[in-house]
Amino acid sequence: MRNFRQAKWSEPLVYEVSRDRKEGVLIDSEFRDYTVKFFNKLPEGVARRELLPIPSLSEVEVIRHFMRLSQMSYGVDFGPVPLGSCTMKYNPKICEELSGDREITEAHPYLDDDSVQGILEVIYILQKWLSELVGMDVCSIQTPAGSAGEFTGALMIKKYHVDRGENQRDEMIVPDSAHGSNPASAVMAGFKVVRIPTDSRGNTDLEALRAALNRKTAGIMLTNPNTLGLFEEYIIDIAREVHNAGGLLYYDGANLNGIVGYVRPGDMGFDVAHLNLHKTFAAPHGGGGPGAGAICARGVLTDYVPVPIVDYDGRKYYLKYDVPKTIGRISWFYGNIVPAVKSFLYIATLGPQIREVAEISTLNTNYLLKKLSSLSGVDLVYGYGRWRKHEFVVSFEKLYKETGVGAEDVAKALLDRGLHAPTILFPLIVPEAHMIEVTETETKENLDRLAEAYKEIIATAHTDPAEIKKSPRDTSIERLDTVYGNLPKNVVLTYRSLVKKKRET
Amino acid sequence: MPHPWIPNSYVKSELMKELGISSILELFRDIPRELLLMEYPRVGYGSPLTEYQLTRVFSELMKKNTYSYKLPPFLGGGVCFHYVPSVVRHIAGRSELYTAYTPYQPEVAQGITQALFEYQSLVADLYGVDVVNASLYNGSTALAEAIRMAVRVTGRRNIVLPRSLHPEIVEVARTWSEPVGISIHLVDYDSETGRVDLSKLEDCVRKNKPAAVFIQTPNFFGIVEVELRKIFEIAHEVGSLAAVYEDPIFTGILEAPGRLGADIVIGDTSSIGSGLNFGGPSAGILGIRDPEEKLLRQLPGRLIGYTKTVSGEDWGYVMVLQTREQHIRRERATSNITTNSALEAIKAAVYLTLLGSEGLRKLGEAIAGRTEFLVEKLVDAGLELTFSRGTHLREVLFKHSKMAELRSFLKEQGIYIGPLAGRFYSELSDCGLVCVTETHSKQDIETLSNLVREFLQVRA
Ligand SMILES: Cc1ncc(COP(=O)(O)O)c(C=O)c1O
Repeated sequence: MRNFRQAKWSEPLVYEVSRDRKEGVLIDSEFRDYTVKFFNKLPEGVARRELLPIPSLSEVEVIRHFMRLSQMSYGVDFGPVPLGSCTMKYNPKICEELSGDREITEAHPYLDDDSVQGILEVIYILQKWLSELVGMDVCSIQTPAGSAGEFTGALMIKKYHVDRGENQRDEMIVPDSAHGSNPASAVMAGFKVVRIPTDSRGNTDLEALRAALNRKTAGIMLTNPNTLGLFEEYIIDIAREVHNAGGLLYYDGANLNGIVGYVRPGDMGFDVAHLNLHKTFAAPHGGGGPGAGAICARGVLTDYVPVPIVDYDGRKYYLKYDVPKTIGRISWFYGNIVPAVKSFLYIATLGPQIREVAEISTLNTNYLLKKLSSLSGVDLVYGYGRWRKHEFVVSFEKLYKETGVGAEDVAKALLDRGLHAPTILFPLIVPEAHMIEVTETETKENLDRLAEAYKEIIATAHTDPAEIKKSPRDTSIERLDTVYGNLPKNVVLTYRSLVKKKRET
Repeated sequence: MPHPWIPNSYVKSELMKELGISSILELFRDIPRELLLMEYPRVGYGSPLTEYQLTRVFSELMKKNTYSYKLPPFLGGGVCFHYVPSVVRHIAGRSELYTAYTPYQPEVAQGITQALFEYQSLVADLYGVDVVNASLYNGSTALAEAIRMAVRVTGRRNIVLPRSLHPEIVEVARTWSEPVGISIHLVDYDSETGRVDLSKLEDCVRKNKPAAVFIQTPNFFGIVEVELRKIFEIAHEVGSLAAVYEDPIFTGILEAPGRLGADIVIGDTSSIGSGLNFGGPSAGILGIRDPEEKLLRQLPGRLIGYTKTVSGEDWGYVMVLQTREQHIRRERATSNITTNSALEAIKAAVYLTLLGSEGLRKLGEAIAGRTEFLVEKLVDAGLELTFSRGTHLREVLFKHSKMAELRSFLKEQGIYIGPLAGRFYSELSDCGLVCVTETHSKQDIETLSNLVREFLQVRA
């Protein structure tokens, strides 16, 4: 098992690769005389006088540097990345290839609509497909990611209440199991956050919800299945009660993968939803973005979506700016088009069989859960006996108490076994949590491998906890001290300040 | 039905046996029955497509795009046709990078964290500031986040923006700010220079004592704001923060805004490695000059820092100051941003190191020279400069009563100029932008000017 070794290049910072002045790319000087004219027009102090203090490397040095860095990185193409809430599925190569078409990457956003009918049609079809999958009237892909969608949706809810003269509705209900971006987005849109707990079955606590509803309620932000991977059993009641209280329902679509094609947020009673195209719809995550988001709305919120949105007038596709109650623009231009095209290609390929995604991701989840829940030291905390959907959460609190080996240690030990760790210490309501999402693209062999690795790590934790605490050792670097780099006197965010620090010590 | 992208769809029954279920639907038992869809969703093309079918479908769609650049496009409006070197595309295509997640497990992600640390370092050097975050979505949302940061830091709720700031960024700023009671005040431009009207700016700033004063250089009209130092002083006099939006591609030839006194710098990587992409993605740049560390704790977005290993024997890179962020601080976070634009930031880092200090200067000079040449040629061909007393860089606003017709005439020949300014400014309805980058040769610009002359002589 332990025959993994990640590349370790001890690669210097790009500033230290070479001090010589070279060129990595040629730039012409055909217009030198005109350049002089330009500078002559600038008043004193406007032009830069000194050279920039950045390195100047040759092409081969740049390639080697960044190729070495790329080898010290771990993505889905190398093994399972079971990060819960992140839906790290395989990114099909054909989607990468086709979306890289120069027809798209070189298209200027201010080309006329009639010049880019193909791109607009792709966006239009994608908007339709996503609307169908969430059961909503309209979808816009202007939001660059999921959180941007949450903020957009919260602004739509806000404007809806203001338009109706209900300015007092300034409370957004958010369950304690929610992703941190939910309360953060609600606050950005000017709401106060009302937190409600989760009951022992893993559902939103209905009593607490009822108690929280009043004439100040703007709405609720829910993730369903929630961050425990559990479907809200009483979603229909929740929707009814919130609507009866005059509030609206926001759907965080980050967890759609386990139900896509089977259940739709619109049918559940949600008024507005975001989707993370870089999760359910296979656009890659890029080591932290760029992703792409969609914001979808139904009924009373349909006319509040950001502009422009792509529409079809029977003859041609066009960017429509005339949306009666729009909240305005959430980002410039039309969204993150390249990843959105990847999602178009993904849905086009699977078609109605996208249901298979929900089926197998849910099957994989429960298969692995079954193998892990029998291990000693592992606990479920919420929703015993219930099937999970896209993910599940286990607690290592017992193991921690018994052996001193906690969720983080187990995660680091997984890294040494050539596996990526799951999301840890989230959701906050589960102590010592591992939030595990294997998606439909993981093989049975890898699920077994993950289960074996957990089993072995837990066994070692009981016999030789110090051994586990030493991990990871076979990664590019040993365990990093995340506290040290955060101490005010140690915070170093640039090469310049690193040099300064080193000189001081 | 099994599908190659879903390996276990081929061994479904084995997994089901393990769980003791005979139908997948048992796993969905807890979902209210009336919510379960009986029919397959109507998406895609009726049934799964083979890869060769998909390729056909997509190429048919792409054929409907009728634009075809006979010359590199002269389109401007904040994003322009810049070259993206092959090396940048090569690195961005490494799937170790693009199939990775945000570096939550830094020990297996040193490549990404180091590359982002380098991005932060390089971009901080370009703008002459202390800290740059690891990216936001794009230039427009970076500016909207900067507004909120300034409001948090100063406790003030007024913001001053120039009308010459990209109109779509102004719209984004309004959407993000006004619903929470932040007031945006716009300051007009000088009709001869195209620069912000300094006396109006001064009045507006004195009257409103804003959280921050923003300026864009070169502005939406392509005009270099030559009095940045003065503008920053006007801001600082009333205790406002000074913020500047500047395309990073000009940092090789323009004095670093941080050294001129800017507290906040904003930009976008479209010009330095992201490309056009029909408007997205790119990465948003947000940086701060922060000698007294008043801004850092309010800065939104990921930050990569330097730290030691637990054993103390080695050093590496990790995400730091996460207590500002949504996953720790929730409703008290500085921003909701989660996924950002890491790969675009890495592409920018690759391009910047390829260019180096000399290359970035030469690139700026190449664009400045072309701008001068363009102005000479198009004025000679019969167009008028909207702002005859301004200094243009990359984008030039020209004026002619037949501007819209000229644009259509050129479009028919596969030559693209624009956007027309009337789309954003009613008083500039007879004006249009023309943009040149390093991709345009002398001959390209001459071809353009000959066509302009021909049109103006024959049709106008
Ligand atoms: C449940 C949940 N909601 C929202 C988000 C935010 O999405 P994004 O990262 O696309 O902004 C995430 C993921 O990061 C998530 O897991």
